[in-house]
Order: sequence, then structure tokens, then C-alpha cells
Amino acid sequence: MEYADRLENVTVLGAAGKMGSGILLLTAVEMAELNLLPENKNKVFVLNAMDVSQEGLKGVMRYLRAQVLRIAEKKTVMIRKMYTDRDDLDENSDYIRQYVEDVMSVVRPTTRLESAYESKLIFEAVAENKSLKVKLFSQIDSNNQNKPWYFTNTSSVPINEMEKEAGLDGRIIGFHFYNPPAVQKLVEIIKTDKTAEEVNEFAHEYAKRLRKIVVPSMDFAGFIGNGHFMRDALHGMKEAEELAKDYTLPEAIYMVNKVTQEYLVRPMGIFQLVDYVGIDVVNFIMGVMNPYLPDEELSHRLLEKMLELEVKGGQRSDGSQKDGFLKYDKGKAVAIFDPDKKEYVDINEIKEKCDEILGPLPEEHIVWKKAVRLKGEAKDEILAKFFNALKNMDTLGAELAINYGKRSKEIGEQLVNSKVAYKEEDVNTVMLTGFFHAYGPINQFFD
Amino acid sequence: MKKLRKKVYLTAGYNTISLGTGRSEFNPKKPMPGIEHYISEAGQNTLKKIGGPDKVDEIVVGNFMAARFNKQAHLGGFSGMIDKGLEFKPATRVEGACASGGLSVLTGIKNIMADFSDVVLSLGVEVQNSMKAIYGADVLAGAGWFQKRKNGHAYFFPGQFSDRAGAYYEKYGFDYTRKGLGQWFVNAIENARLCPTAQEHENKVPDLHALYNSRKPDGRFFVDDLTVFDCSKVSDGASAIAIVSEEGLERIGVSKEQAVEVMGVGHRVRNITQDPPNMVELTTIKKAAHDALEMAGITIDQLGTIETHDCFSIAGILATEALGYAEPGKGAGFVAEGNTSREGKIPMNTTGGLIGWGHPTGGTGVHMAVTVWEQLTGNAGNAQIKFNEDKPYAMSINMGGDDVTVVAMVYKKAQ
Repeated sequence: MEYADRLENVTVLGAAGKMGSGILLLTAVEMAELNLLPENKNKVFVLNAMDVSQEGLKGVMRYLRAQVLRIAEKKTVMIRKMYTDRDDLDENSDYIRQYVEDVMSVVRPTTRLESAYESKLIFEAVAENKSLKVKLFSQIDSNNQNKPWYFTNTSSVPINEMEKEAGLDGRIIGFHFYNPPAVQKLVEIIKTDKTAEEVNEFAHEYAKRLRKIVVPSMDFAGFIGNGHFMRDALHGMKEAEELAKDYTLPEAIYMVNKVTQEYLVRPMGIFQLVDYVGIDVVNFIMGVMNPYLPDEELSHRLLEKMLELEVKGGQRSDGSQKDGFLKYDKGKAVAIFDPDKKEYVDINEIKEKCDEILGPLPEEHIVWKKAVRLKGEAKDEILAKFFNALKNMDTLGAELAINYGKRSKEIGEQLVNSKVAYKEEDVNTVMLTGFFHAYGPINQFFD
Repeated sequence: MKKLRKKVYLTAGYNTISLGTGRSEFNPKKPMPGIEHYISEAGQNTLKKIGGPDKVDEIVVGNFMAARFNKQAHLGGFSGMIDKGLEFKPATRVEGACASGGLSVLTGIKNIMADFSDVVLSLGVEVQNSMKAIYGADVLAGAGWFQKRKNGHAYFFPGQFSDRAGAYYEKYGFDYTRKGLGQWFVNAIENARLCPTAQEHENKVPDLHALYNSRKPDGRFFVDDLTVFDCSKVSDGASAIAIVSEEGLERIGVSKEQAVEVMGVGHRVRNITQDPPNMVELTTIKKAAHDALEMAGITIDQLGTIETHDCFSIAGILATEALGYAEPGKGAGFVAEGNTSREGKIPMNTTGGLIGWGHPTGGTGVHMAVTVWEQLTGNAGNAQIKFNEDKPYAMSINMGGDDVTVVAMVYKKAQ
């Protein structure tokens, strides 16, 4: 089956979710553009946007239209070339309108799983719940004559097990987008032991057409991205717990968050990142990964405590950050949660004291925003200078940072040694592109 | 007409800022000043300098496409909004694409010549940030023939001048030409930094040559042969100036020290339905500039400064050739050698021109007249240049479309 034939009838499961809506957008655009090619003009491309929530579907259709319009406005130069046979289109606005209409007309919102029975390709982006995923796969597969392929966006559920339990026999592959899929360049592709080569080839071709950076990953708890992030976050929580012996918990959280952002030159501190992903999601993913890690304990009571108090983080549907470990005002952290007192402590009340305890940043310090724009040797040189200066400092901040850097590297190497990642470079690529780090965790800076 | 049969003066010029990317006031997410704001600001400030609305006989507004950019036609109707005292006076809106401003000034001059008026308030205005650039490109494409829109570029006018640049590269060499275009850009920004109303006034990039060379033309994303640095920006702005007869000058009580005299005009229009006769020559500019110089009875050697229509850097290079400063193909070298910089042989676009100051399309022609007036009367502030005794004249060249409508004028400080 040709590439375009495989994409003739596609279903996205969980289309109204954060990941599903992004996958829907990218796939709708890809399918509509295939449809515009002269050889496909007479085909009917169908993309079922399947979700259990009617309200969610209403929202996602609105999101889709707005995003497709933005895409069309950005690539009008190319779009004009797609419609050279249309004498009735003159102005950019004509082409943009037509393009949006053509993309939207590929998409069929639905709450009925039956829609997937005619699909040749299923994208799965429902909740991280193995039995739910398996149930959906089984039901579709026993009613679908096309022997469809299943692309799962799971970030933590072992795909081999789902394949076995749903009887998919080589027709499933992990296609793990990063959030938000429309923006993030990274995709982890995870083969099972049986994934057919043609499925793998198609996955790579599809990723290439979407201009994604592909990192192959092994089907092992959390793959590369969560494999690193979950352990990295756990280290942060342990460090905070340790600090909380001498300071209050909010002070400890403030300090670890600051060190992981400013001292480690990362886009955000580790507690902010946990909030961004969602405390519930982090806890859930750890819970999914944990049973497969006999030598490790991937859980933390701090997460559970927060969830007991119903402080979850995550984002609202408009993309704004909900309060978690930190409280946010227009995206900026302004207070820190104290789980014992069940209230937020204003950052200004503890900032000065904590900053003094951490000690000053050396003058070689570079902020993430600048570092991330640098390239190659120049970047390595500037970062090495900064981290070397840190190493020569006798402050708590420097000590925490160096230990964090070492742990991060250890986690990276562990992923390679346990063959979750095929090579060190892949781990670094995931953290650089998927997490926007300025440098990969496997480096010489902290040795 | 070989000579103007009557003396016509320009005075009391005023430019609003050119608002758009580059200005710190610019924030497309917030409500922006509308076309009414610009018309009022420019009109009121010129009125202030000439003793108020009672001195004015009529108003001429140059504007290109408010009907699409702002869904607003009938701009003559706004003169009573500028000042109640202007209500019920004759007011006319004129249009010739990006030469609308030039036509506004020229119409004023003609009405003075015809003894219809002694004091004309000439305005030029355009507010283009009302829509995204990709849709603005549709609107601006109206300066070309609509039947060619289909096969034109998404960015229609950049496409037209990209083709001219491409033809120039092919004939005279890519690297050689890019050096000239790059120098044109650098001059524009450096001059704009001296003028507080310029869109690029706050540009602080230390190495402008490096900035220019940081991008290579790439047809996949923009046009084949130009980059964004070769283009004027999307601008909102207005300019106003008073056009007066000898009697008018007396009426408004402005001394000749503060006025310039119009010495010659040239106005030529090429057939919009045909392609340019020569891709590496601005033929209409050549003819109109020649007319204006001839009417003034001077040669280019007597010009102390020129405001020329550099909607794209290539148009600046081609203008040096059309005017006769350089042989065909030598314009890029002429500019690269610094001859058009503010210290050069013939300072061009001393407040940044369309690339540096900004290009509120229908306002540009009036802006040029105001800039020339400022320079000749010593009102140019930090951007002031010196005039040698043997070069007391100045010139403006305002172009609409791809060398379709051109208004050229020669001025001299009034005596």
C-alpha cells in the first residue's frame, strides 16, 4: 500500500485532548495536502476526530480552524502553488480560505468508535490507561477488515504488552509526540519486538513529511523522554526533602527550583516543569513505569500529598498554567505551596533569605534564553566556563547544581546502558529538542 | 509647459511617526491609532504653522487604499474633523497607488497655478497595520493590474521588484549587485537613526552589513531574489504640507526663509496592463525626472539631495541610473562606493527613505516633500545636511506601482 493510500482513512482516538488535537491538526494538514496532489484529486480522504466528549469536539474543531488558518497565512507562498489549476483564486485571501476549507473538510468529528472501523491507520491519544487502550484496539481490530495500523502516543505504557493483549501482531508502533505536537519538533518512535518493517518505514516517512526530528527509542518504561524526566524530577524532590530538614518545605522547593533553572541553565525549574506537565500526570506516569523497574522506586510522597490536597498543576484549556507546587500570575511564579499549612507562601517572603543561602551566581553565568541560541563549540565553551566557575565555588547553590548535573548524566547513561536509548546522542537529542535544554545531559561539564 | 508660469511655494511641513515593526510604540495585540488619528495629527500641526484653518482655500488628501485597509473611502470628508474651520471647504482625495502623496502635492500646485487657490493643505496618509502582511499584500497588489494577480507572487510587489533584482543580477552579477543593495540598506538605517519619526529610528544593530548579509534570498519562504532587508516595511503614518502662492505666503505670514519654491515638476504614467519595457531600467522615473530637471533648467550636478522611492533597495539602485548618476549596470557600484550616503556625492533619502523612515504608501509622496522642505530650510534636526552653493536644489521622486505613475519635483529654498 502506498503512503497516500494508508492515509486515506485515518482515525484519531482522543482527538479533543491536548495531544490528540495536535495530532489531528498535523494529520489533517498532511492528508489535505496529499488530496491536493494531481494523482490524488479524485480520492476521498477521511480523518475521524473521535472523542467521547461532544463539548471537547466542539472546542477542537474551533482550535483546528484557527490553527489551520495560521498555518495557511504562514505558508501562502507554497499554498498558491498547490492550486495552480484553480482559475477562480486570485488573492492570497482566496487561497487561504480555500486551503482552510479543504483541510477542514477532511475532518469528521465523531463520538462513535464505529467510525474507526473503516480506517487504515489509527492514532491513539487517549488517557494513559493500558486497559482502556487495549479495549479500544481490540474492539476496532475485530470490526475492521483493513488490518489497520495503530500509532500509539503513549509516553509510558509498554507497547509490546498492548500489542499482545489486543492481538495486533506487528501492526502497532509507538509514535510519541511531545507537547504541543504542532510545535514540538521531537517524535520518539518505539518499535515492539514484532512491529512490521513497513509500519516502521511508514512511521519514519510520516514523521519526515511532518518535518519532525525522530529519535528511536526502546519499548521500556517511559522511553527516553519520561525515562529521563521522571528520574530527574524524583531527584529534585529528594533534594528538596533533604533541604527541608534545615529549612521550611516552601524554602526547599524554592531553592531546588531556582537551582534547576538558573544554575543548570534550563528553560524552567524542575518543580515548575512538574506543574507544567501536571502533578497528577507525573504521578500517574511514575506509577505506570514503576512496576517495570525492580531496582528502582519511582514514586514520591510529596506528589501523593499534593494530590491528596487536590493541588494538581497542569494547564487550562486556554493554555494558562494552573497552580501546583508554585502559584502563577500570568505565567510567572509568585508563591510556593506549603503542603503542611495547605497554603501558598509569597515568594518575596523567602526569596532574599534563600538566595543568600544558595550564594551568588558566578559572573560567568549565562541565562538559558541566551545559551539556547548559541551553537557548537562556542556554546560548549561558554557553558564549560560557567560550570567550571560553579565547581570552584563553595556555596550550597553550586553544590546542588553540580550534584544535579551529575545525576542527570547518570540517568542519561542509565538509559543507554539499559538499551532504552540506542546511543548517547539520542538521549541528548530528546532533552535538547523535546525539553528545550541548552545542553544534553550526557556531557563533561560536571565531571 | 516649459516653465511654471507662477511661483509656488511649500512650507509648514509635518510628519507623524511611521508606525510599524521597529517602533517601540508598535503592538499589534493592542488597539492602534486609526486613520483618523493620523489625518488629524498631520493636518492640525500644519494648520498651526500657517495660522489656522481660515487661511486655507482647499484640502487635497493623497491616499492609496484606505477603502480596503480601513474600509474607509471618501477621505475628503475628514477635513472638517481635522479642524471645524475646514468644514465646507473644497476637499479632494487623489489616488495613484504609492504615488498618491506626490499627486496630492502636484494637485495642490496645479490648483495654485490655475488661480483656484492661494493656500492648499496637502495631506498624505495610509494605515496598513490593520491587517496581517499576507493580506496587506493583496491590497497593495492593487497598484498593479489585477488580471496579473493570479500569476503573481503571494507577496505581489516584492515579487515584481524581485524579478527586477533577478534581471539585474543576471546581467551584472549577483555579488556585485548585493553589495550595492546592502549599502543602500545600511545608508537607510543609519539615516533613519537621525530622525525621531522614522520607523527604524530605534534600530541599534551594531553591524548593519552583517545583518543584511545574514539572510540570503530564498524563494521557498519569500521572493526569489530579495530578502526582507531589501524591502520597505509595513507602515502607518501621515504627512502634511502647505502649498501656497506668493499671495498665499503673505496671507499665512510665513517668511521665505521657511519656504521652498517648486522649480519643476514631472508627471508620467506608463500603461499598467503591460510589463515594464526594460526590467533593469525605471523608464517612467527616467522620463519624469528628466521633465522636472528640464523645467527647473538644471542638471543633476546642481542637486544637493534627492528623496527617491526605494520601496525596494533595487529601486534605489535603478534610480541612480535613471537619473544619470551612473551608467546602466554601474548603479550598484555607485551606491556601494558610498556616493549616495549622507556624506557622499549626492545624499539620498537623508532620513531613511522608504526602507528606513517607513512607507505609509499613500503618504510617502507628501513625506518626501516635507523632508526636502526640512533639509532646504534647515529644519531637519539631527538629520540636517549641508548644501554647497553650487548645489542648492533638491529633488523628490515618488513612484506608484512598478514604475507606472511617477511624480518628480525639483525644489529650491525660496528667495
